[in-house]
Amino acid sequence: MSSPYNYLMPQHAQGRDVQQDNDDDTRQYISFTIGKEEYGVDIMAVREIKAWTDTTHLPNTPDFMRGVLNLRGVVVPIFDLRCRFGMGLTEATKMHVVIIMQVGHRLVGMLVDAVSDILSIADNIIQEMPKMDLNIDDEYLTGLVTVNEKLVALLNTELLFNQQSIEDGVMLGQAATGGK
Amino acid sequence: MPQDFDLNQFKATYFEECRELLDTAEEQLGVLQVQLDDVDIETLHAVFRCVHSIKGGAGAFNFTTLISFSHVLETTLDLLREGRVDLSSDLVDCLIRANDVLGILVHYAQNEEEIAADIWQNIAHELEILSGQKPTEIAPQETQKATSSLIASLSDYNLSADEEEEQGWGLFLENISPGLDGDGAVEKDDQGWGLFADEEPQINDSAEITSDKPHYRIRFVPEPHLLQFANEPLLLARELNTLGHCHGVADLSRLPPLNEIAPDVAYLSWTFDLYTDHDLVDIEEVFEFVIDDCVLEIERVQDSAKDVAEDKLLTRPSTEKTIHKPDDTPEKSLAQTKPVSPSPTTPDQPVVAKHEGKKSNNDTVNTTTPAVSSIRVDLDRVDRLVNMVGELVITQSMLKQQADELANNAGLRMTQGFEELNARTRELQESVMAIRMQPVKSVFARMPRLVRELSSKLGKKVDLITAGEMTEVDKTVIEQLMDPLTHMIRNSVDHAIEMPQDRLAAGKPERATIQLRAEHKSGRIHIEVIDDGRGIDREAVKAKAREKGLIAPDEDLDDDELDNLIFAPGFSTAQSVSDVSGRGVGMDVVRRNIVSLGGRISVFSTPGKGARFVMSLPLTLAVLDGMIVKCGSEKYIIALTSIIESIHPLKEELKSLMNGDVLVSVRGEYIPVVNLHRLFNIKGAVTDPAEGLVVIVETERYGYVGILVDELLGQQQVVIKSLEENYDPIAGIAAATIMGNGKIALILDVDGLAEMEHGAEKRRKHAKLQQQIFLSGE
Amino acid sequence: MGLRVLAVDDSKTMRDMVGFTLKNAGHEVIEAGDGEDALGKLGDDRVDLIITDINMPRMDGIELIKALRMHNIHKSTPILVLTTESDNSKKNEGRAAGATGWIVKPFSPDKLLQVVSKVCP
Repeated sequence: MSSPYNYLMPQHAQGRDVQQDNDDDTRQYISFTIGKEEYGVDIMAVREIKAWTDTTHLPNTPDFMRGVLNLRGVVVPIFDLRCRFGMGLTEATKMHVVIIMQVGHRLVGMLVDAVSDILSIADNIIQEMPKMDLNIDDEYLTGLVTVNEKLVALLNTELLFNQQSIEDGVMLGQAATGGK
Repeated sequence: MPQDFDLNQFKATYFEECRELLDTAEEQLGVLQVQLDDVDIETLHAVFRCVHSIKGGAGAFNFTTLISFSHVLETTLDLLREGRVDLSSDLVDCLIRANDVLGILVHYAQNEEEIAADIWQNIAHELEILSGQKPTEIAPQETQKATSSLIASLSDYNLSADEEEEQGWGLFLENISPGLDGDGAVEKDDQGWGLFADEEPQINDSAEITSDKPHYRIRFVPEPHLLQFANEPLLLARELNTLGHCHGVADLSRLPPLNEIAPDVAYLSWTFDLYTDHDLVDIEEVFEFVIDDCVLEIERVQDSAKDVAEDKLLTRPSTEKTIHKPDDTPEKSLAQTKPVSPSPTTPDQPVVAKHEGKKSNNDTVNTTTPAVSSIRVDLDRVDRLVNMVGELVITQSMLKQQADELANNAGLRMTQGFEELNARTRELQESVMAIRMQPVKSVFARMPRLVRELSSKLGKKVDLITAGEMTEVDKTVIEQLMDPLTHMIRNSVDHAIEMPQDRLAAGKPERATIQLRAEHKSGRIHIEVIDDGRGIDREAVKAKAREKGLIAPDEDLDDDELDNLIFAPGFSTAQSVSDVSGRGVGMDVVRRNIVSLGGRISVFSTPGKGARFVMSLPLTLAVLDGMIVKCGSEKYIIALTSIIESIHPLKEELKSLMNGDVLVSVRGEYIPVVNLHRLFNIKGAVTDPAEGLVVIVETERYGYVGILVDELLGQQQVVIKSLEENYDPIAGIAAATIMGNGKIALILDVDGLAEMEHGAEKRRKHAKLQQQIFLSGE
Repeated sequence: MGLRVLAVDDSKTMRDMVGFTLKNAGHEVIEAGDGEDALGKLGDDRVDLIITDINMPRMDGIELIKALRMHNIHKSTPILVLTTESDNSKKNEGRAAGATGWIVKPFSPDKLLQVVSKVCP
């Protein structure tokens, strides 16, 4: 596990609940890439960033559900975001990254291509979603923002990983593959 | 009462103790209710002691409301056990409700919250009336809540505390002695202790006399038997000395010749001259313990005598004079022999106390106090211990695996070493798990009351029979059991059990029976709730399921499947009409609870006759003995306790049905084969049973089935990890585990697999022509 | 002072509190949960003081006091009964059985120590 991505978010490593700096409502995000597209998630939800290791596949789960990982004794499901967004399965290698997030009471992992940066974004510059084809259901985005001339789509992980959306995803998957 | 040191360290113990005491009290009160005509006094004593202990602790922490209320309860119980009040059904009911309220008060005390006074005052009032006590002063509030309502459920009390000011609680002392008036009867300096017998000469040789301090002359003539109370008279005198300057002269007139002296008889008497600023009351208090066993005269000497009088008895006139004799009643109200507690009985008891007929404790061993010695441990510590042992198990199997890979002599010796280690670890683990095991009794104990109250409320007649309460289960499982069980029993009484007249009309006994049983079976705990009610209304279930889109309009389900539909997610909603399905409300939630514990639940119903719910739960939540099986590129674990045997079936022993099902013959019986590879979509697995291995397992609802795998890889003890913690349940998978190499393996749920196969089979049957096809040769 | 005290009460909270108070004052404390337990723990070993509750299962305080007063070794040991304010008849029973003194629950630690020193030299 010598990947440079293997580190715990420092604030969580110390077990502290770090308050976001709330003057002018700026939040921090971790941005990552899938293919050419860039996304961001609230840093407060991120627990850990790991290099990809083989998961144990779970039967009868949607394609984007890559299986479960052992995270220091806890069983964590890993979702292939690329696949979740309908862009096909990721051919995961050691260089790929899994972002472990706290979503509600659960710990989940997102398989992405690479982590880019930590961005500080003020709430008021986040744009609402236009009607664009971004390959994902619009509801899962909290907004768009432009950083250094690049478009970053901010994800709403709560919605992305709650049970209903998984079920929807399952149904979609089933529809796509013509039933089990 | 003042607390001079930090009592908080005892609070946790106290509240823990209260919980146990409240449970015991409730249990014994339940027994009383049954015993009405033939009360066992030990039961009364047991309840009394519970309340008494709660009250004692409450006093120490100064939980005034709790003190007051428990006092009323205690007094009632005291009256009962002394036979001064008869036990009536109403009174027992009231006591049970009062015990509930007591629990609420304890809860409030624990959370340091204020409580609305009417929550307890009304019931206290009711208790007093029913037991013939003089009612305490209740501040004028609405008292209509106090009218006897036989149904006591906690929801009747408004627990969302209105912030009513709590009354001051000086009422306590006054209330217990309605005969006395006002505060005057209570000694202002309630010393709270006393000596029964007291005597010791203290010859104080000091000649100093402080003439400006009040002078008391005290004549103390002990009764001969005083010494038998093991008092040190020296201490009496010492005590007097602390009040001021004291000079004592002994009177030896009663002393017999040396050869006649009995060492335990008191012969001496004294005259003390005491110069003190203290009140008469303080002086009397010194003699408190002995007051009934002596002649005590205390005189206030008006003139400051410079010398100590020698006379034995002073009759000099004085403004205050009190004489205490054993048989006298005191002359003045100040002269109390018992300044501690005013009481309804005469303050001065004659020495020859009437011994009230007492029950003898000797023969009856009180069953509520076990003789087993025990120790209280923080649950956190136990949890940590359990986790550590779990990790130990993992580490040990990792090492074993690595040792196995060393294919030489050293490796062989190490392997043997690890076998040893394995065995020891297993023992350790079992012992640790045993710490957390508790009998299900604590869960079962609430149910009789639940049934009683609910059936009473609904006008039904139901008996609850329990069996197997001592069956032990992990503590966390017990905690999780409460809700589902309560739910199921409520449902049963509410929906399944018919009204008495309907039962009679149907030819059933008027009284319905619900059985609640627990037992250990193949490494798990089985809990059953069986009733003889009307069973599940299948038509209604079918209709509802169709309405909710849970089944297709034309889908045909067999009876068993229909019955178990009530567990389907989404079957019941908040608006579900409770009488439609007979069991609709929340069973899916119940199932979810059970499944999350690694258990399962199913129902067997016979319309008109009754229904039987069967729950099975793992005994321990942590560790499992598993068989590792290979299927294609995947490995799975099957619990050893489920496995009957594994076989390599011969072609002749297999029978294929037209719809694709395969049966395997085992000793003359045909057992369906579960095609794991198909159910889980596993590539590269063996698909022909004749070429693979069939693991015969015992399921709960489907009998024996055979799971087709490629091969067995070995046994291993594994630590169970929850899948549902971060994901959702997966059909056919019970839980996950972490193998020696750190990787996760999935533990199969054999019942789930059987169900999946069964369901798939149904679909296949449905899809093809519906013909009974059997192979030739049968 | 270093007395040897036997504390008997079926309430663990009570035993804890009594024990704590006495130990803090330098005494040695033996605990028992009821009369039988107390007799068992005492055996023939002398103690300096016995403090007992009245209401206990198996053998209550009154029975215990009687038994102690009939015992060769313990008949002259000071015994204090723990009583509650309303428990007057019990207190008298205690006295009749041979108890040396009483303390009313709840009591402050100071009170306890004070009474202990009253009955123990």
